[in-house]
Amino acid sequence: MTELKIHELHVEVESDGGPKEILRGVNLTVVSGQTHAIMGPNGSGKSTLAYALAGHPAYRITGGSVTMDGEDVLDMSVDERARAGLFLAMQYPVEVPGVSVSNFLRTSVTAVRGEAPPLRSWLKEMRSAMADLNVDSSFAERSVNEGFSGGERKRHEILQMGLLNPKFAVLDETDSGLDVDALKVVSEGVNRVRAGGEVGVVLITHTTRLLRQIPVEFVHVMWQGRIVAEGGPELADEIEANGYEQFIGAGVAG
Amino acid sequence: MGQVSMSNARSYDLAEFPPPSGREEVWRFAPRAALKPLLEDAPSDGRLRWETTLSEDVTLTQITSEQARERAASAPVDRISALAAKHADGARLLDIQADASHPEPIVLDLVGVGREPVTWGQVLIDVGAGAKATVVLRFSGAAQYAGNLSVVVGDNASLELVSVQNWSDDSVHAGHFATRIGRDARLRSVLVTLGGEAVRLVQTVDYDGPGGDADIRGLFFADAGQRFEHRSFVDHSQPHCRSNVVFKGALQGERARSVWVGDVLIRANAVGTQTYEINRNLLLDDGPRADSVPNLEILTGDVAGAGHASATGRFDEEQVFYLRSRGISEEEARRLVVLGFFADVLDGIDVPMIRAEVMRAVEAELGYRREVQ
Ligand SMILES: Nc1ncnc2c1ncn2[C@@H]1O[C@H](COP(=O)(O)OP(=O)(O)O)[C@@H](O)[C@H]1O
Ligand SMILES: [Mg+2]
Repeated sequence: MTELKIHELHVEVESDGGPKEILRGVNLTVVSGQTHAIMGPNGSGKSTLAYALAGHPAYRITGGSVTMDGEDVLDMSVDERARAGLFLAMQYPVEVPGVSVSNFLRTSVTAVRGEAPPLRSWLKEMRSAMADLNVDSSFAERSVNEGFSGGERKRHEILQMGLLNPKFAVLDETDSGLDVDALKVVSEGVNRVRAGGEVGVVLITHTTRLLRQIPVEFVHVMWQGRIVAEGGPELADEIEANGYEQFIGAGVAG
Repeated sequence: MGQVSMSNARSYDLAEFPPPSGREEVWRFAPRAALKPLLEDAPSDGRLRWETTLSEDVTLTQITSEQARERAASAPVDRISALAAKHADGARLLDIQADASHPEPIVLDLVGVGREPVTWGQVLIDVGAGAKATVVLRFSGAAQYAGNLSVVVGDNASLELVSVQNWSDDSVHAGHFATRIGRDARLRSVLVTLGGEAVRLVQTVDYDGPGGDADIRGLFFADAGQRFEHRSFVDHSQPHCRSNVVFKGALQGERARSVWVGDVLIRANAVGTQTYEINRNLLLDDGPRADSVPNLEILTGDVAGAGHASATGRFDEEQVFYLRSRGISEEEARRLVVLGFFADVLDGIDVPMIRAEVMRAVEAELGYRREVQ
């Protein structure tokens, strides 16, 4: 069993008016096998948390800690975190022109697994992972995220999650921009990885749409850079019924 | 849409090309101090060493200066190319017979044996009507070389040409790359400039009949102190021809400097012309400077398509972050991003061995060391 522990995390970004604190003491513990949802209105700091965990240079940690089984995650470089088993499905995956999906996936899998998979079994593995997500085989030859539709980008993120088999996966707004069918395919992809029972998942979303496809055990509500409410799946139903108003103001200093 | 900047003067007469002051449009970006010896009207017996093993059906012959004039794709475009024509003492001619087919690439290695004395040179490649060939030129070693490369692609012929400039750091190379494309003929040329203190290549593209297709690509990687200038002038003087110009450059380090000037002229009679040109430059740090000047001049109302684009930008750290967030090391991520940037030029190199060689050279420029597997 592995534990991802976020303790009193403070994060700031550089803005026009100087440094701006976005996360103001976030606490969250995820144990392998669990699935958590972080919900909150736009601008509450959800993506900031995701990027800070992944080590994006724009997000400066000013306090607190993140550990994986006691190991200091914040001390690791971006790629070390990924190799240690942390995965972030991004809200806005980046285009990398001229780098084919197949080259990217193989390079990434080689880095995370620590050795290059044998070519024949790798091709089989990649093709079947692509078929599982209803991704056309021509996808492999396209440049990473270049000209991808919103749905293709999200499928590509979950394709990577499946191949990299992380210890902890943070999925940032993976449901946004998906139609009903694509949402089903992507959710099934996530659920296949979850079925292994080993991965700890954090679903970031501002709607409850995804939570009807991927069952969660814990729901956390974020507002103004803090977790302001926590509970079980019933909390999501409450948000669905009454919106975020009831939480806004609660636990917010100043 | 600017007027084409290149002078239309093409001549063997040196009087047409007085020593440049630097104020001339075509010389204003040039590294004139480095080029100085190549602007002086002085004979030299300096020669490149040819290291080439040719198959039997390919003939490489020495021809006289007069013969070279008759067969060249174009007269010289500037003082350096006029001097090269004057002092080169004839030319090497690679003659590809009409209707011949060369599935294997013809590789010519030209090696500089020292900066002194200056080397004047001329190489002619003549692809007969209906023939099909792939030719690779590799320049290496140390030299101050003024060289004209002339390529004539006969009617219905097809040529893939790659020229790799991978000189030593103290070398200087300037010259005219003249190409002439016959009726319904096709040329794809890829210039790859990686090494040398200063390299300045002026490419002209002329058409001999309708239906000609020119795919003009270039890739360069300029390091600290290196100055690379590529100019192309596509002269659409025939109807229903096509040109596509793609130049991609990466620069890193103090005083790394590049210039790209792409001129396309569509003359009044060149109806149905289709042309596009693009230059993109990638600045890997704060040291370099890249100039990029596309000029498109259209003198007919009937074009099938004409456009240009040019952009110089900093390295995109978001791309590196994305790749690293998938476990890929920073060094490997930068390698992928830069090779990805060059992909559409690299894809134009049809010879796998040469493509791999160029990729390795780009990796070496990045300081990337391939792990032995
Ligand atoms: N890189 C950044 N630079 C400046 N401000 C940022 C940056 N990232 C996020 N922010 C600001 O931080 C706040 C939280 O944003 P974000 O984490 O994206 O929220 P969410 O994902 O919950 O919608 C917003 O006010 C946003 O404008
Ligand atoms: Mg967000």
